Amino acid sequence: MSESLPAILLTVQLALVTTLILFVIGTPLAWWLANTRTRFKPIVEAVTALPLVLPPTVIGFYLLILFNPGSAIGGLWVRLAGDTLAFSLSGLVIASVIYSLPFMVQPLQTAFERVGQAPRDAAASLGASPLDAFVSVVMPLSLRGFITAGGLSFIHTVGEFGVVLMVGGNIPGRTRVVSIALYDHVETLDYASAHALALGLVAASLSVLVAVFLINRRYPVHAG
Amino acid sequence: MARTLLLRLAVALLAALTAALGGQARADIVRLAVASNFAEPMQTLAEAFSAGTGHTLIISNGSTGRLYAQIVNGAPFDVFLAADTVRPARLVEDGLAVAGSAQTYATGRLALMEPGDATAGTPSPLQRLQSGDYRRLALASPDLAPYGAAAHQVLAHLDLQTASASRQVFGENIGQTYAFVATGNADLGFVALSQIRHPGSAPAGRYDLIPAGWHDPIRQDAVLLERSNDNEAARAFLDFLALPEARDIIAAHGYEAPE
Repeated sequence: MSESLPAILLTVQLALVTTLILFVIGTPLAWWLANTRTRFKPIVEAVTALPLVLPPTVIGFYLLILFNPGSAIGGLWVRLAGDTLAFSLSGLVIASVIYSLPFMVQPLQTAFERVGQAPRDAAASLGASPLDAFVSVVMPLSLRGFITAGGLSFIHTVGEFGVVLMVGGNIPGRTRVVSIALYDHVETLDYASAHALALGLVAASLSVLVAVFLINRRYPVHAG
Repeated sequence: MARTLLLRLAVALLAALTAALGGQARADIVRLAVASNFAEPMQTLAEAFSAGTGHTLIISNGSTGRLYAQIVNGAPFDVFLAADTVRPARLVEDGLAVAGSAQTYATGRLALMEPGDATAGTPSPLQRLQSGDYRRLALASPDLAPYGAAAHQVLAHLDLQTASASRQVFGENIGQTYAFVATGNADLGFVALSQIRHPGSAPAGRYDLIPAGWHDPIRQDAVLLERSNDNEAARAFLDFLALPEARDIIAAHGYEAPE
């Protein structure tokens, strides 16, 4: 188990950073989607949902092309950070943010749509600015959405495999996450270690999902 | 009552469908598990073999370790073309491959490759490896891929294991390792010579051939799997591998064909 510890720590770190970044990116995106009247909304929604249906190999392949130091983005990153995006934790974070985006945006969008216009109008009539209204009225009313979005994004990132396999390079302590370590154990017929990690992943995923559903029951929907 | 009937009908239909597919598979189809380094010559070999015999070859590529693990777990392959001699021998020991059917079909060579076009006058890949002038060194996972194990031996031979350790990245098989270098994400990598040398076209990127004495010979064995003991087409393919026609193809892809 002790030899699996670096992989477990790395996985938790990756999932935490990814979830935090997704909160920052996903909240405004979901807010915009919940309120926009543009006819391009279905297109933006479709693009956001794309990682749900695309095979990880598509994302992994394009990222490999994008991360290459000869490309614009890959080259810029090498100049700024002095390291390649592929085979680094930063690269895995970018991959995970893309891969888990729908798990953040969709629950938030649903929650924001449920809050509706009325509470915001009430806040505005009491002199609250739009930002103030969002933070002190909309966010508490959407708590359920935030819990679901955060929990799902976190555990979905923990369970990520294909993209990491393609851009990670399987470096112990840097890019060898639990799912990759498990794959290695299976391939080298080390079934005892594979069992330990697989059972651990099932237990962790189940715990997070149960927690999300439990907490959601305590904070029932505040329909507008 | 009606539900039971419906269920029976569905089961019968499913059985009929699988029987039809399975029956077709038995006739003259050979399912090959092929180590990734041999993917390219295998294409040419398959065309030549099919043209000569009318048999169909279905090819699955992967690391030798992964394919071995799949065979141990009952994967439906007829012939295993490994990148080493160890795993075919182990399959024979375990009773999963036909005793006496193992034969060396190729001896592989390792190459150190860099992406992009060569610039005249710049240090060669091997010089760059030795002077530490690289960001990322790609190699195949030594536990899974014999070419990765050989690359490890080369690094030990050059006393560079410690110096390169923090910059090594691992492909699950030699095909993925090649992709890391070819896409430019790793600026140096140990690949199979067969992946670079394509008959009739220029090599894709600059490379140095690694002297054969720097690592144990990468002898690659093919073996007939026990479940296909009576598959005549599979036996015909193994015989074909030793014919001059096949050996010429193998040699043209950068392998030493067996004597």
